[in-house]
This record gives sequence, structure tokens and C-alpha cells, in this order.
Amino acid sequence: MEFFERFAIPHPSPLIYASMVGIGLTVIAIVIGLTYFKKWGYLWREWLTTVDHKRIGLMYIISAILMLFRGGVDGIMMRLQTAVPDNTFLDAQHYNEVFTTHGIVMIIFMAMAFIIGMMNFVVPLQIGARDVAFPRLNAISFWLYFAGAMLFNISFVIGGSPDAGWTNYFPLAGTDFSQSVGVNYYMWALQISGLGTLMTGINFIVTILKMRAPGMTLMKMPMFTWSALITNVIIVFAFPVLTIALLMGTFDRQFGTHFFASTNGGMDMLWANLFWVWGHPEVYILILPAFGVYSEVIATFSSRNLYGYKSMVGSMVLISFMSFLVWVHHFFTMGHGPLVNGIFSVTTMAIAVPTGIKIFNWLLTMWKGKIRFTVPMLYSIGFIPLFTIGGVTGVMLAIASADYQYHNTMFLVAHFHNVIIPGVVFAMLAGLTYWWPKMFGFMLNERIGKWGFWFLSIGFCLAFFPMYITGLDGQARRMFTYSAETGFGPLNMVSFIGAALMAIAFILIVYNVYYSFRYAPRNVGQDPWDARSLEWATHNPVPEYNFAVTPEVNSSQAFWDSKKNNHQLFKEKRSKIHMPNNSGVPVIMAGFFFVFGFSFVFSIWIGVIIAALGIFACMAYRTFENDHGRYISLKEIEETEKKYGGAK
Amino acid sequence: MKLDKTGPLEYSTQQNQMNILGFWIFLGAEIMLFGTLFASYFTLENGVGNGPTGAEIFEIAPVIWETIILLTSSFTIGLAVHAMRINRKNATLTFLAITLVLGLAFLGIEIYEFTHYYHVGATLQTSAFTAILLTTLGTHGAHVTFGLFWGAFIFLQIKKRGFTPETTNKSFIFSLYWHFLDVVWIFIFSFIYLKGLM
Repeated sequence: MEFFERFAIPHPSPLIYASMVGIGLTVIAIVIGLTYFKKWGYLWREWLTTVDHKRIGLMYIISAILMLFRGGVDGIMMRLQTAVPDNTFLDAQHYNEVFTTHGIVMIIFMAMAFIIGMMNFVVPLQIGARDVAFPRLNAISFWLYFAGAMLFNISFVIGGSPDAGWTNYFPLAGTDFSQSVGVNYYMWALQISGLGTLMTGINFIVTILKMRAPGMTLMKMPMFTWSALITNVIIVFAFPVLTIALLMGTFDRQFGTHFFASTNGGMDMLWANLFWVWGHPEVYILILPAFGVYSEVIATFSSRNLYGYKSMVGSMVLISFMSFLVWVHHFFTMGHGPLVNGIFSVTTMAIAVPTGIKIFNWLLTMWKGKIRFTVPMLYSIGFIPLFTIGGVTGVMLAIASADYQYHNTMFLVAHFHNVIIPGVVFAMLAGLTYWWPKMFGFMLNERIGKWGFWFLSIGFCLAFFPMYITGLDGQARRMFTYSAETGFGPLNMVSFIGAALMAIAFILIVYNVYYSFRYAPRNVGQDPWDARSLEWATHNPVPEYNFAVTPEVNSSQAFWDSKKNNHQLFKEKRSKIHMPNNSGVPVIMAGFFFVFGFSFVFSIWIGVIIAALGIFACMAYRTFENDHGRYISLKEIEETEKKYGGAK
Repeated sequence: MKLDKTGPLEYSTQQNQMNILGFWIFLGAEIMLFGTLFASYFTLENGVGNGPTGAEIFEIAPVIWETIILLTSSFTIGLAVHAMRINRKNATLTFLAITLVLGLAFLGIEIYEFTHYYHVGATLQTSAFTAILLTTLGTHGAHVTFGLFWGAFIFLQIKKRGFTPETTNKSFIFSLYWHFLDVVWIFIFSFIYLKGLM
């Protein structure tokens, strides 16, 4: 029994036991359901072994939405706990765990996955490619992300959650102050999913550089593809820093090294520096694809081409470069003197300039345009003022001397939610609604979607604007409660109400999927939004091979040209199409990674060794494998095209 | 599959070209990885606590041997790729084998070096300096170990399948990897050992 004691939860509570039962029942229900409906084979053949970028994209997005709900529950729990003074709903330790998992789940397992899912689905279509450059590697990326996400999510029922904040500062995250295995989970979940993200980065850079349709020069790429390219460059240069930081953190916790200790020559602020050298580019990894989505949506629904294409690209390149030069603004109070603080203060403010250029470009795209207020457009229009408020408070935080007042207060919490929610979450909802017919062949209901938008926007303002005020009044972040004399009570209650409205919004959004799946008409045609870029030049939903004939392109809005300016997209004759084969190796390998991470968390070395051998066996299998893909015959293509109504 | 007959075989298909570009980008990521290790090393270099300093534990003789052996292996992998381009299978296999044997010798000396550190009381737990030293060297050593297996697998594939667009592509990419490890070693030699001994 001694062996199993390590899996016990250090801070049990009825909530956690209830979750345990819930997880157990869900797993049993899924297993029984799959067996009863005889879907195991289907699941394996069509999804678990797929290398199709569209299906991998969908799996990313579905996982991201699941994680959104997990992280959302954490968020609601925090708002509930702080809604009234001296609340006892969560104790201090439980609150620590909840805000830690909220941060990681939302950033790494929700936002990143949503963005990478969207890139997976859209980018190959926008550049007229059949798939990504390395389809098998793409599957490995997804399954590593999934293994990391699952590893992180079982922490709170097996062994205990991480509790040192998503930034995981040492020495708080060291074994002296965080004794459960929680932070070990943090290290390995991020390490495994981070490996997957790095591979995605390489994969998409090569895809975008090498697989564009004939005629599509770099400056004729749709803006979302541009944002994906730049994002992936940031990924490739930022994620290795995290890899090393996590490795050193693991060593400190599990092998007794002193990297981030204050004894034996260690330096605790080294973690903070390494973390933010990765962490600040990371926030631009999140926001740039969101900018890309807004560029597509705003151009489409203003019925105008994007204003200032070149300056859009230039400002993104500038942002990506500067994102590596601002990390110190996360700890101005560390005490590295006025010169260093001054330099990073200036670089931080400077990054607002290219961002401002983009805001004006979107406004000028809408200027004199014929605006259609669809759901994606509402999110984009809502984004502009809300994000600008977030940006302005960001510049306030960038003033190093003033930052001593705001540092670690709710003001900061309000600021970064103010950029991430209207920035990333709105963009993902806009993009999901916009590309939904591309993915599934029917539209989401506009009326329910608009209700969702208004609930989300108003809920957002109510939830986060009060935090600016309580933060300036001195309410520290990450405090599990406060006394009534502070006067923070009423505004925190408003925040809770806002959070509840946001929860309703997400329920509406999910209900909308169900409602539209049941009632929406299926014959939406090829171009339901009167769109502009190349992904709309193929059918809805997209056939396996994307385009029956490789399109030829002469501008960044090739599809619009083909509709209005007599541009001929498809000149070649149809012929058989080469496609990659499915493979079970990625999912099996990720399974070994999961076992590896889990065993490492609990220092079960025999499990670590067996899993490592399994991982290497998968790699060895791959190198000896002779796999030349397969061909889709001309006959099959003709039949598929006919089924879609065959004009193109 | 379209074959481009003008360039070398390892560049002949579009997939091959993408593999090579992808690997260059991967090496970019590897530069960041080792760059982070070096940055941490320079930060923690003087954090010796009660443990030894670099000057006290570094031995120049094994390091020189490691350097000579690894640089020579970089030369022989270059010869292997050259032999591959002029379609000499046996020469390629021989040079690849020599490269791998040299890699193994390097690894052997590095293991000796690690046991030496252990005996003079410079372990992972001694101080931040020893920890980052062993982590940096260990990461490089782990790369070499991985490369040995990878190279051996490619050896077997060339032996069995001869020169195909796939096997030449893999060999070329492996050679990039091997040269890269050599470059990293030059930095380790200069900025860890020589600087530490000064």
C-alpha cells in the first residue's frame, strides 16, 4: 500500500472527491458508449491515426473548448470565493491551486490549442496546399499536446495540483514551499506539450514557405497566413528557452540541484528571467494569429480589401522582433536599477506603436465599407475598443516607476484579461463562427450567436473593469480572501456577476452548436459569407484533398478576384492526387510520453525507463518504415466533385 | 513523385527539400536551446558556493582529446556526404562508420570526465556552477548519444537500400546535425573550458 500513498491528494475537499467521481463516471460512459455503438474502429481509423490537417485542426479545437470549460470553472470558483469578504468556499491552498491551473489551462491548453487548431485548419487551405509539410509530425504535435493536457488535468485528483501560480516563481515553486508533486506535473505537462508546439512551429514555417500555390508570393498571402508564419517563427525561437527552464526546474525539484535556490550559488531570479524570455513572446504567439483572424473577418464583412496590407505585415514583423526585448517589465520591482528598468520601459511602450498601426488599419478598412453585422464581425468590432483599453492600461503598467503601485495587484489582472479575452478569445469565437461552414458545411445560428456575443461582452466588462479600481486601491492578486473593512466587497460581487454572465455566454455558444447542428440548412454553398481569400475557393465542408486542382493566384484575395475580376483560379486538368498514409505511431508515442511524464512526476524510475524505451522504439520504427503515401484516383476525385455539385 | 535530376539526390523531391529546410529551422531552435544553457552558465558561473571552481576541476588533456576527436568526426561525416554525392556506397559507409566510432570515443572520454568530476566532489548537487556545467555538457552529450543511434540506423538503411532519395536525404540531414554538435562543442571548449582555465 505504501506505493499507492504517493498518489493521495494532499489537500482533499468534497469538491475534489466529487470531481474524481465525475471523471471516473465520464470515462466509463465514454468506454461503454464507444463499445455499445461499435465506434472503436471508426475512432481509430478516422481520428486517432489521422494525419489530415483538417481533422487534426478540429481535434485541437475540440480539446481547446473542453479546456476552456475546465479553465472557466476554475475562474468562476475564484470569482465566487472573492465575491464577498471573508468567504470560506475555498481555503487558501485550494485557491492557490485553482488560480495556478486556471492560468496554465487557459494559456497553454486552451488559447494555444485553439490558435494552433485554427492554423491547422485554415493555413493549408489559404495557401492552396494539400496538407502541411510534415503531416505525420503534425499528428505527433497534436498528440503530444493532448498527452500534456491530460497529464496536467489529472493532477488535481492524483497527487495534487501545482500551486505556485502559472508563472511558477522559485523559490515558491521549490520543494521547500511546494511540497506536493503538483509543480512536477507543471514541469512535465508543459515540457511535453511544449515539444509538440515546437514541432508545429517548424512544420508551419516550412509549409508556408514551400507549399504556396503558384503565383502566391509572400506579399500575396492572406493576412491570417502571414500572422501564422510570424507566430511560428516566434514559437521556434521562444519555446527552447522554456524547455531549458523547465529542465532546470525539474532538476531543482527532483534531483536536488540549486539553480533557482538562494543557497550554494543559485539565483532565484534566473527562473523569472528565463520564464519571461519565453513568456512574453508567448503572449504575442497568442495575439498575432488573433490579429490575423480579425484582418480576414473585417475585410470580408466590410466588403473591402484590407487597408494597409504592407504596414500590417511590417508591424507584425516588428512586434515579433520586439516581443523578445521587453521581458523585464514583468518584474520591474525586482530591483535591477533605473537604467535597466528605463530601457525595458521604453521598449514596452514602443511595442504599442506597431499595435496602434494595426488598429488604425482595421478602422480604415471599415471606413466607407458596407459593413454587415454578422457574429464574427460583432466580435471584431467589440475587440477594437476593448482591446485598446487593455493596450492603454498596458502602457500604464510599462511606466516602471508607476508600476511599483500596480505591481501584483488586481489592476494587472484586469489588464491582461482585457487584452487576452477581447484579443484572443473573441478572435477564436469570431474565427470559429466564420470558418464553421468550411469545417462542417452548415452555418451557426446568427441570433443565438449574437446573444452569446452580448452576454460575453457585457459579462467581460462587468467582470474585469471593477478590478482596475480595486487594484489601484490596493487589492493584491492571488489573495484568497479579504476583510470587509477594505471595502473591496461590492466591486468583487460585480466581478462575480460578470463572470456568471460570461458563463451563460459560453453555455449559449455551445447550445448554438447543438441547435445549428439540428436545424441549420445543409446547402450553404461554397461561399456563404461573400468572402475574399483562397480557402473559400473549395467546397464546404472541405474534401479530403482540399482542392481538386491546385489553384493559381495573383493577389492576396484570389477568390474575390475570381468572383469579380474574371481571374481564373483553376487552369490545370484534374489528375490523381498524392496523399500521406494514416499512422498509429503518433498516438502510441504520445501515450508513451504520457507514461514517461506521469512516472517522472512521481519518481517511478522503472516507468520512466520503460516509457523512454517505448518512445525511442517508435522513432526507430519510423526511420526504418518505408511509407510512400497513396494516391487518390481520378475516378474517386470526379465522384467526390460530382457529389458537391461539381462546377469547379 | 517528381524527380529533379539537376541537383544532388538528397534534394531531388519537394519533400526532400522541405525536410532539409525543416531541419535547418530545427537547428535554429537548437541554437536557442544551447544559447539558453550558455546564458544560464554565464549567470551561474561564479555561483560556486562551497564547491570547487572551474579552474580547480577542469583537466585540459581529456578536453583536448575530445575536441580533436569530435572535429575529426565532423571532417569524416563531410567525406561521407561527399562520397555519397559521387555515388560511392562503400566509401560512404566507411566514413559514416568512422564518424560513429569517433563519436563513441568522444562519449567514452566524456564519461571518464564525468566520473572525474564525481571523484573530486563536483556533482549535480554541489553548487549552481557544477549543476549548470554538468547540465550543459550533459545536454550536448545526450545529443551525441542520440546521434550515434540515429547514424547507426542510417548506416543500416544505406547498406540495405542503397542510395535512394530517402536514404541520401536522411544522411545529409544527419550530417547537418553532426556538424551542428561540433559547432556547439567549439563554444563549450572556448567559453567553458578555456575561459574557466584562464
